[in-house]
Amino acid sequence: MSIVETAKQAVQGVMQGAMEKLVPLAPDSWIPGGRPDPLIARKHGLIGTPISRLDGALKVKGEATFAAEFRFDEMAYAALAYATIPRGRIAAVDSAAAEGAPGVVLVMTHRNAPRMNKPGVFGSSPTAVGPADLPILQDDRIHWNGQPIACVLAKTQDQADHAASLLRFTYDEEPSTTSLEGAKANGIEQGLFMGQPLLNEIGDAKAALATAPHVVDQVYRTPRHNHNPIEPHAATIAWVDGELVIHDASQMVTAQAQTIGEVFDLDLAQVRLTSPYVGGGFGSKGLWDHQIIGAAAAKLAQRPVRIALSREGVYRVVGGRSLTEQRVAIGATADGDFDALIHTGLSVMTPHNNMPEPVILGTRAAYACPNITLQVEVARMNMLANTFMRAPGEAVGTFALECSIDELAVDLGMDPVELRIRNEPDKDPTSGLAFSSRHIVEAWRSGAEQFGWADRPAVAGERRDGEWQVGMGCATGTYPYYRMPGAQARITLTREGDTVRAKIEVAAAEMGMGTSTTTAIVAAERLALPMECIEIGYGDSSIPGAIMAGGSQQTAAIGAAVIAAQNALVAELLKLAGNDSPLAGLSADEVDSKDGGLAKRDDLTRRESYASILTRAQRDSITVTEAASQPLELMRWSMHSHSAIFCEVRVNAITGETRVSRILGSFDCGRILNPKTAKSQFRGGIIMGLGMALMEETQFDERSGRIMNPSLAEYHIPVHLDVPEIDVIWTDIADPHTPMGAHGIGEIGITGVAAAVANAVYNATGKRVRDLPITLDKLM
Amino acid sequence: MTPFSYTRAEDVSDAVRLGAGDATAFLGGGTNLVDLMRETVAQPDRLVDVTGLSNAIAETADGGLLIGAAVRNTALAEHQAVRTRYPVLSRAILAGASGQIRNMATVGGNLLQRTRCTYFYDTDGSRCNKRTPGTGCDAREGFSRIHAILGASDACVATHPSDMCVALTMLEATVHIEGRDGARTLAFGDLHRLPGDRPDLDTVLSPGELITAIALPPLRFAARSTYRKVRDRASYAFALISVAAAVEMDGDRIGDVRIAFGGVAHKPWRATKVEAALRGASPTEAAFRAAAAAEFADARSLRDNAFKPELATRTLAAVLADLVKGEVA
Repeated sequence: MSIVETAKQAVQGVMQGAMEKLVPLAPDSWIPGGRPDPLIARKHGLIGTPISRLDGALKVKGEATFAAEFRFDEMAYAALAYATIPRGRIAAVDSAAAEGAPGVVLVMTHRNAPRMNKPGVFGSSPTAVGPADLPILQDDRIHWNGQPIACVLAKTQDQADHAASLLRFTYDEEPSTTSLEGAKANGIEQGLFMGQPLLNEIGDAKAALATAPHVVDQVYRTPRHNHNPIEPHAATIAWVDGELVIHDASQMVTAQAQTIGEVFDLDLAQVRLTSPYVGGGFGSKGLWDHQIIGAAAAKLAQRPVRIALSREGVYRVVGGRSLTEQRVAIGATADGDFDALIHTGLSVMTPHNNMPEPVILGTRAAYACPNITLQVEVARMNMLANTFMRAPGEAVGTFALECSIDELAVDLGMDPVELRIRNEPDKDPTSGLAFSSRHIVEAWRSGAEQFGWADRPAVAGERRDGEWQVGMGCATGTYPYYRMPGAQARITLTREGDTVRAKIEVAAAEMGMGTSTTTAIVAAERLALPMECIEIGYGDSSIPGAIMAGGSQQTAAIGAAVIAAQNALVAELLKLAGNDSPLAGLSADEVDSKDGGLAKRDDLTRRESYASILTRAQRDSITVTEAASQPLELMRWSMHSHSAIFCEVRVNAITGETRVSRILGSFDCGRILNPKTAKSQFRGGIIMGLGMALMEETQFDERSGRIMNPSLAEYHIPVHLDVPEIDVIWTDIADPHTPMGAHGIGEIGITGVAAAVANAVYNATGKRVRDLPITLDKLM
Repeated sequence: MTPFSYTRAEDVSDAVRLGAGDATAFLGGGTNLVDLMRETVAQPDRLVDVTGLSNAIAETADGGLLIGAAVRNTALAEHQAVRTRYPVLSRAILAGASGQIRNMATVGGNLLQRTRCTYFYDTDGSRCNKRTPGTGCDAREGFSRIHAILGASDACVATHPSDMCVALTMLEATVHIEGRDGARTLAFGDLHRLPGDRPDLDTVLSPGELITAIALPPLRFAARSTYRKVRDRASYAFALISVAAAVEMDGDRIGDVRIAFGGVAHKPWRATKVEAALRGASPTEAAFRAAAAAEFADARSLRDNAFKPELATRTLAAVLADLVKGEVA
């Protein structure tokens, strides 16, 4: 992180700080979400009806074109070679054998790569999404073990792979830091997240802890995790008349096009990045070295390039989640009221990125407590830049916090559900803001009933079924409601005779979770048109605005942009309608979409169809583009989703093997827009949480900084047999301050799961495992 | 992957003739060899496809079974005679890999699969005496959860990954081999090697020798046999510890017993010390533990696998208790 970028972050932090002071003072009506979205009141439409993915059949038939399936004439295939030392210089490259291998078009290293600007590292500007503050293939420097240092292009993928295996490098190794202890010894720093320090101090938690009658104080550890979307990262790239066309797998389409453009001195208009389908992202489908290397190779070779990372390549090029060491200390009265809450953590990052794993984010609004200390610090080491991974912060932060609560419940002899409900806050305990919508107690009650929590063994280690020790555990999951600025929506109404169709275009990404389907559902409701008359355009940098499928905020960002665009559309249509319309004289505020047209909100007899308005105006179509409101609601209210996770585990008394036999997630995530795709997202998150609890661990060799299990055979994620029936329920209570009353649900599913499993393991065995994953040797 | 030529053998003599050249590998289901070629761990110039050789499972005159080397793992596991007379073998096969891989993998290939040591696979970034003799071993001080506790050497701490081979070791199968110098047979326990100072050699096969069949001898108490595998997830993971066992009771005492362990050594580990300790013994938890203690007295653990002797002991005791009771897990 350069001084300039640190300063930029500081400025952003100051600006945000000022806004945070002003926004709470403004009247509600000035704030987006101050007046509830009218769609919230509509109860019997498409919203809340289970609807299959619109692209489901295409995907099942193999007809959806993914990034590595686009084709250009004369396309060459790329293979990468990766550094095998953690830090140093490339002293020599022996590329003769590779250059002479069959089919080889190009061998590109730092010696012959085109000159390129350094991509802006994520967060250094609103549009910068680069992986690290490092040039790519511009010099002889090695910054991590696995860094791509050469690219081979050949006529087939097999030829490229073979030629890449023939490359030989000689290194001048330099001192490096590849162990956690070494990184700590180099010094630790305060973690900054989105420009703000990860630090909260309310009251005096240390003093309160010292005098509390009941204290739990433990250290919890989580290992590194790597991204394993089913679709490995890939891009198909061509230079067409000086413009760069990239068919990518991206969850940040526009920002990625912008950052790549800056690398090659191109305007955004000269970069066309599409990403119609993405086979899973989870935070990883952003800009990494491979797209830039692919584009550079295409430029140098003057032919299109497909660069598809191998699974090993994903581990070498695409960062994952940092390890964490977290301390949670809670001081409580004999009745279980929290008097002190300390949650501090250490994570690691590189000298060239800024991504502390923000483990305290979920703790900030979790429990009522007068004395709170929260802090994340970081140490730096020579490794691949770490990044966002499903619920960065909360996924691993809830493990520590919610295990600690369980330990306190045992100490107090209280039901852990009741202990949590007892400490339910009436406002955000760290920001002091009111909650926009918080129904976690309902989630706990309905979840406990449906799961059969009352049947939990009261004493740990007492229930047995043959070899198997049986226990139940629970935990709270949480993830904030976010909405990022920059979203726009373009609505085009097209008339064919009496039929009007709408195309809604948003620069969003569909990673398989059903965004395009949900967007169509919401647009159909908002425009009062049938689903079959709605078309959604997305995943293309030529669409105005920038929307990121990250932070579980895309649905809200799209929702707010479509609200703005629909308002603009109504105003335009009223102008077209003129004085001969039943709508004549009405202002946009008085009118809403109704039954394929517009109607006065409180007098539905004053209506006119879209077709009629357009016909009279002699128009075949109308297009409006509008930007979403600024997301000031985030500064006005404390906005969060919640879950209550219950699970039952069976731990083999002989071998220590843990099997999760039942799991239930009870979610409080605002109004659920499409129950079918929502259920899948919750389940997917829970499965990922099971993997985190029981098996996921990147084997990072601290001697060399090398990842030793870059393969789905050796990096364990749950297989079908590890996944029990997953029950999912939700409160479905709309948040009055968000578009559609909805919250994003992409990430919350993983949160709380590892703690629920660990707490159930304790209930089954009486053994407390505080370092993930919970492998059998820790329970023998 | 390094370019190679491909030939399909018509019969055993054809295969042996084709396979006699340098840098030639026999190709069965390819479920391990092709991976190794993709990673450039294996770089044969020529593949001789032997999946067209015998895939028969035949009764033998002595009451055993003769299994062609090209029999697919799935076919062997599902075979009625195997399931009823050698349940340990069926269960061992089904404990391994996935349905799709078992449909492809052949019996001969299963015997010759190579270790899952991640340093062995890391051709670019790690030292490995098994892959490149004399370069050193990065596993010994590294990630060693799946590594050996018995019979390892300074040069190599890898384990043999097969489940099926653990059962075949316990069953005292015979390996039928053909090479340029003719046919020979080998006791199954003599096929795989301990690493010593030549960890690059997994077996005693000479270059160009081809496994043509496996013979299962009759074992009167094999019907009371089972296989138990302990691993880091419910399926599709290699064994941390596995136990193949068969027990014959003689009244209240153990008459005869056969035990082999997987996940402990460079080869499937026939537990002769356990067997000797238990023959004629009363089948108690204490006896099982004492027998295991004899076997693991020489165990040497690494950073990540110190749990293995205890896990093996517990698993063994549980398996034997079930077999004695006539119950199998």
